Amino acid sequence: MTFLNYLINGLSLGSVYAIIALGYTMVYGIAKMLNFAHGDIIMVGAYIIYYSMTSFGIDPILSIVISMVLCTVLGVVIERVAYRPLRNASSSLAVLITAIGVSYLLQNTALLMFSANTKTFSSVVAIDPIKLFDGQLTISGEAIVTIAVCIVIMVGLTLFVNKTKAGQAMQAVSEDKGAAQLMGINVNGTIALTFAIGSALAAVAGALMCSTYPNLTPYTGTMPGIKAFVAAVFGGIGSIPGAMIGGLLIGIIEILGKAYISSQLADAIVFAVLIIVLLVKPTGILGKNIQEKV
Amino acid sequence: MKKLNISKTSRSNFITYGMVIVLAALMMILDGAGVLSSSMRGFLVPMCIYIIMAVSLNLVVGILGELSLGHAGFMCIGAYTSAVFSKCMVDTITFAPLRFTIAILIGAACAAVFGVLIGIPVLRLKGDYLAIVTLAFGEIIKNICNVINLGVDSAGMHISFDKASDLNLAEDGQIIIKGSQGISGTPKDSTFLVGVILVMITLVVILNLINSRTGRAIMSIRDNRIAAQSIGIDVTKYKLMVFTISAAFAGAAGALYAHNYATLTATGDKFNYNASIMILVYVVLGGIGNIRGSIIATIILYILPEKLRFLKDYRMLVYAIVLILVMLYNWSPKMQEYREVLRLKLKAKFGKLNKEESIT
Amino acid sequence: MSENMLEVTNLCISFGGLRAVDGLNMKIRKGQLYGLIGPNGAGKTTVFNMLTGVYKPTSGKIMLDGENITGKPSIAINRAGIARTFQNIRLFKNMSVLDNVKAGLHNHMKYTTIEGILRLPRYFKEEKRATEKAMELLKVFELDGEAQQLAANLPYGKQRKLEIARALATDPKLLLLDEPAAGMNPNETEELMQTIHFVRDSFKMTILLIEHDMKLVSGICEELTVLNFGQELAQGETSAVLNDPKVITAYLGE
Repeated sequence: MTFLNYLINGLSLGSVYAIIALGYTMVYGIAKMLNFAHGDIIMVGAYIIYYSMTSFGIDPILSIVISMVLCTVLGVVIERVAYRPLRNASSSLAVLITAIGVSYLLQNTALLMFSANTKTFSSVVAIDPIKLFDGQLTISGEAIVTIAVCIVIMVGLTLFVNKTKAGQAMQAVSEDKGAAQLMGINVNGTIALTFAIGSALAAVAGALMCSTYPNLTPYTGTMPGIKAFVAAVFGGIGSIPGAMIGGLLIGIIEILGKAYISSQLADAIVFAVLIIVLLVKPTGILGKNIQEKV
Repeated sequence: MKKLNISKTSRSNFITYGMVIVLAALMMILDGAGVLSSSMRGFLVPMCIYIIMAVSLNLVVGILGELSLGHAGFMCIGAYTSAVFSKCMVDTITFAPLRFTIAILIGAACAAVFGVLIGIPVLRLKGDYLAIVTLAFGEIIKNICNVINLGVDSAGMHISFDKASDLNLAEDGQIIIKGSQGISGTPKDSTFLVGVILVMITLVVILNLINSRTGRAIMSIRDNRIAAQSIGIDVTKYKLMVFTISAAFAGAAGALYAHNYATLTATGDKFNYNASIMILVYVVLGGIGNIRGSIIATIILYILPEKLRFLKDYRMLVYAIVLILVMLYNWSPKMQEYREVLRLKLKAKFGKLNKEESIT
Repeated sequence: MSENMLEVTNLCISFGGLRAVDGLNMKIRKGQLYGLIGPNGAGKTTVFNMLTGVYKPTSGKIMLDGENITGKPSIAINRAGIARTFQNIRLFKNMSVLDNVKAGLHNHMKYTTIEGILRLPRYFKEEKRATEKAMELLKVFELDGEAQQLAANLPYGKQRKLEIARALATDPKLLLLDEPAAGMNPNETEELMQTIHFVRDSFKMTILLIEHDMKLVSGICEELTVLNFGQELAQGETSAVLNDPKVITAYLGE
């Protein structure tokens, strides 16, 4: 029974990773860049919800919506100001370092505005935990909502990418920017849209994550951001179902590793599994293997 | 023509060596005269450490053209292994220079072994996948160093990954590594002079390597792997070689680090991906593949946060903004075009003033 | 030792279900200038990729000067004596023109990495020798004036020549040229023909080339193989093959 409890905790944490990883994977697929600042958007989103709920007394759902809107704006602005000018730079490292700069910027701005003191985030979920098997198995409301939201987002995004015009434009741009441009697709707009969606998802992830793990600091987003990045690579970067599978697996491995092996080595276990997976399958679980044409 | 070639590259190398020697001499003179502030004095050895880190990372990123986000992991290995050696041998080898030399070599060798280990997946992975594996590797190392307990008694070595009390040491036992509290009491053998010597060794080895047939082979792999194979260059061998050499120098830097402070721990940002990224920032801002640039960028960026101290709380914010602006200025194709136009305009203006110039 | 430099027997390769090259036979005598032609997508470059170890053939045999090199990796094949150029030029763009050729001399420079780092006498001796050899090669292609420039800064035609020089630096027995005249104007093509002739005569080289420029093919190739849809359409002396009605139909359509 304790195993089932751990498994559900793992699924819940994994769902958060999956939602963040979706943002990573979409941005990578389309802009071919590792957006190192993605994790920090989670942190910004969580602060917005925190202050909206505590200082303004706004209801949790509305707070999340506000946070999503503000994070979307933030994501689009970052893309426009810091990343777009470097899209055609001669080295792909240029935009990577800039993303690191943006990450520092967000963290230090948060540090100045909100101080380094840990804020205790109050849960946005108002569902009572479910008790099963005479109370031996308790599933928290947060876990139920997190897993449900993750499934909804996953299905929604898959439909969006495959069924809508904007989604197909995204696929076209990720395949070949030049050709997409010639077909009359607004490449800049499509990339901006991708950042918008990714950032909105980050806000949702921030709300869910901080509801389960309520300590909020300016560095809250960093480690989950890195883990989600690992999840995206694990599943095959650029693939939406891959991000989902990668996120869930990383979450489960982390929680089970903490429970059964060593709480201090859990992160090392997650990273070791990643290395092993990449050794067996160099482009991740669902990644496509692209051969260079000679 | 060919003479010009040889003298051109070696002249550039000698400028680099000269720059380091002059700077080092200047610092020593200032230090001797007592002009240096205590914070600047504290910076001298770390500066050498990070110059070695940046130059060795540049070999991977700039010369081989592979992104590594785990360079600090190699430094961590070098730091821990050398510190363990020094602590065990502090009573056996009392001649500090000899002990420290062996410690540095051990740190470098152990890091090199891990360089080979991480080099093996490198052969199968490309680009960002490789980057994430190096990041993961660095995090694993840091994580393990944080939980390891190591003790020595008459029965030999004891290792535990849980609690120091699990080591079950005999009466005469001594704890060497104590979990997240790390290693304390390592002899403080690092001096600025040792640092400068190590920097010079790093520079000579790496610059000579780049300007040899090996260096050409490495750069040819960077520029076009398939063409390199078509002219008989063993891609596997040279990639592995680069990762090993680079890791060895990071290990030596780690040894310097471990012997510069009273305690060595792997907590915080010392050896994690943030540290690796900071070194990558030095490399990219100094110019990818430009060894002298790495040195200059490391010196400036290492001192910058200190010099921005008057900004108080805004210091790191300003640092972040400066970083973004410099990247945009240096790398944006539009900015490059604009700078080129500006340069031509200035040249044209200058040409009008100077008639001979405009004719030629 | 055989009198044939290259013997290809029943060479096949499939990608998925597609037979890109199907049962190719080809014999190239030592010192011959041989052409491989055919419409776009006929599988010519795929043949080159199999000959140089970029692809492993599904079946068939490749013999180089009596040595079986079928399915060997690129490096081993280069050491056995095949060097090539690429259709989409693959130079070491961020290296100097001279260093591109010296990279080609890599396996002919006899000093170790350690000797290079320590700058032992052999380093200087071998580097000097390599530089001289490379400059000689560059002179053949009239690139000696640009030796210090970055390869990326050369004009297109010179980039193609530099690729040939780099391939020759590995001292091959057989040189494969993949569309050497692509993107050149008629004057440059004329000059290139002379250079190829010169290379064959002075280096005693066997040369196999893929080309679309019929003037070049009829001007320098002694024998031809025509590929169409991965299969051999015709083979033999150049003038005979070019007048073969089957070949003309394949090129001009029905």
